[in-house]
Amino acid sequence: MEFLSYLISGISLGSVYAIIALGYTMVYGIAKMLNFAHGDVIMVGGYISFCAMSYLELPGWLSVVLAMAVCTVLGVVIEGLAYKPLRQATSLAVLITAIGVSYFLQNAAQLIWGASPKGYTPLVPALNAKGEPNALQLFDGQLSIPYLSLLIMAVCIIVMVALTFFTGQTKLGKAMRACSEDKGAAQLMGINVNRTISVTFAIGSALAAVAGVLLCSFTTSLMPTTGSMPGIKAFTAAVFGGIGSIPGAFLGGILLGIIESLAKAYISTQLANAILFAVLIIVLLVRPSGLLGKYVPEKV
Amino acid sequence: MLKVNDINVYYGAIHAIKGVSFHVNAGEVVTLIGANGAGKSTTLNTVCGLLHTRTGSIEFLGQNLAGIPAHKLVERGLAHVPEGRRIFQQMTVEENLEMGAYTQPRSGIDPNLERVYEQFPRLKERRKQVAGTLSGGEQQMLAMGRGLMSNPKLLMLDEPSMGLAPILVEQIFDIINRLHHAGTTILLVEQNARMALSVADRGYVLETGKIVATGTGDELLHDEAVKKAYLGG
Ligand SMILES: Nc1ncnc2c1ncn2[C@@H]1O[C@H](COP(=O)(O)OP(=O)(O)OP(=O)(O)O)[C@@H](O)[C@H]1O
Ligand SMILES: [Mg+2]
Repeated sequence: MEFLSYLISGISLGSVYAIIALGYTMVYGIAKMLNFAHGDVIMVGGYISFCAMSYLELPGWLSVVLAMAVCTVLGVVIEGLAYKPLRQATSLAVLITAIGVSYFLQNAAQLIWGASPKGYTPLVPALNAKGEPNALQLFDGQLSIPYLSLLIMAVCIIVMVALTFFTGQTKLGKAMRACSEDKGAAQLMGINVNRTISVTFAIGSALAAVAGVLLCSFTTSLMPTTGSMPGIKAFTAAVFGGIGSIPGAFLGGILLGIIESLAKAYISTQLANAILFAVLIIVLLVRPSGLLGKYVPEKV
Repeated sequence: MLKVNDINVYYGAIHAIKGVSFHVNAGEVVTLIGANGAGKSTTLNTVCGLLHTRTGSIEFLGQNLAGIPAHKLVERGLAHVPEGRRIFQQMTVEENLEMGAYTQPRSGIDPNLERVYEQFPRLKERRKQVAGTLSGGEQQMLAMGRGLMSNPKLLMLDEPSMGLAPILVEQIFDIINRLHHAGTTILLVEQNARMALSVADRGYVLETGKIVATGTGDELLHDEAVKKAYLGG
């Protein structure tokens, strides 16, 4: 039972990683760049939602919508100002710019909201009005699954199914796949490549906002560096699953969450991250293109 | 239909196209021939907007194309089937064709698909297959079919016979003839100069970035210099 509850907690943490990783992988697949600022967009999403709930006293769901709107605009602006001028530059120059954007966002957040952590009220509180745990009780209460975890997992599955449908079935989604394979040929089809890349950033950033709210609900605190470690882990998850692949990011995120949760429970809390990255290195040695990197025909 | 006036194109410091002028009239098949590295692909890529001229102008249907991005030219009726096919390898045959009709209204896609499948029955059989697994000839058919999906007024083909067995080369030229008779205007770049000149109304010979000869297909086929340089004596 104990194992099961660690496993479930791992899956829900992994679901958050998976949502972040989906954003990473979309942007990588189409723009062929690692957007290291992705994690910091998550943090911005968290703060927007925090402000909406604490200062504007908006309901939780509305704060999510607001965070998504702000992050979408932020993502498109970052792409337009920082990355678009570098379309012809080397990937190293783009990477360094992305790291710069990442620090810029962290410092800006520190200026606006201060460095000290803020307490975040979870979307689904841990206790209900009667003071009982807000959780699904199974096996006569031996296994308790917080409703928040169920919500996170459901959101993750919805996001993954929606993205799969979008890239597989819609005209814009197919155009994205075309851009991801060959930007020149895509232009010859009449596809506006710049606009397609902007849309990709918009989608990735909206996902980052969702991930930010879920992540802060999970950890119940928020500070300017909140996004960086989960961002790096989600990037790891995307590579683990096969960067560019949607099911890969999903699988990689979930597995990473499970490994982290079990390593914390049974080995050592301090060593959990080290174990995580060790597993990644081993997987990449055996399968350099990641778990699903080779077999997935639609790299997005 | 297409008028290229004294264009100069550079790759950084490399002067690849040196004052090239030519034109294509509606309904014609015009071919550009020349040795490797003469600048044939560069010329086509400049016309379709992927590369830019430093000086000179390009007019298509009476409009100057300066400053118009490549993706906007498709709507205007220009389709380019680039060198090396450049099909979307990880997408299915039908998805590739749909991408070709990206600028078309939804209602225009199905009739165009029907038409392309009629021209290339092989593509219809393979329509759910991932394009990267097609044979070279099938990939070339797909690239041409994809180009036709946008109802082009001018179709540019860059070495459609490259790497194909003689029988498939015949097939490709048959298709070019058919398109010609159906009224499509075609600008054809080919290594296979004999075949190209025999289907073309007119031709231009390109040598290190300059046009050195021009004439009707027949004239060029019988021109001594052209024979020597490009038709194997
Ligand atoms: N991206 C590039 N950068 C620098 N130089 C280039 C580039 N592409 C082509 N060139 C040069 O421009 C010249 C013309 O090349 P182009 O590809 O137009 O030749 P081509 O006539 O199509 O030859 P082929 O028959 O081999 O396809 C060549 O000398 C080539 O080396
Ligand atoms: Mg060429």
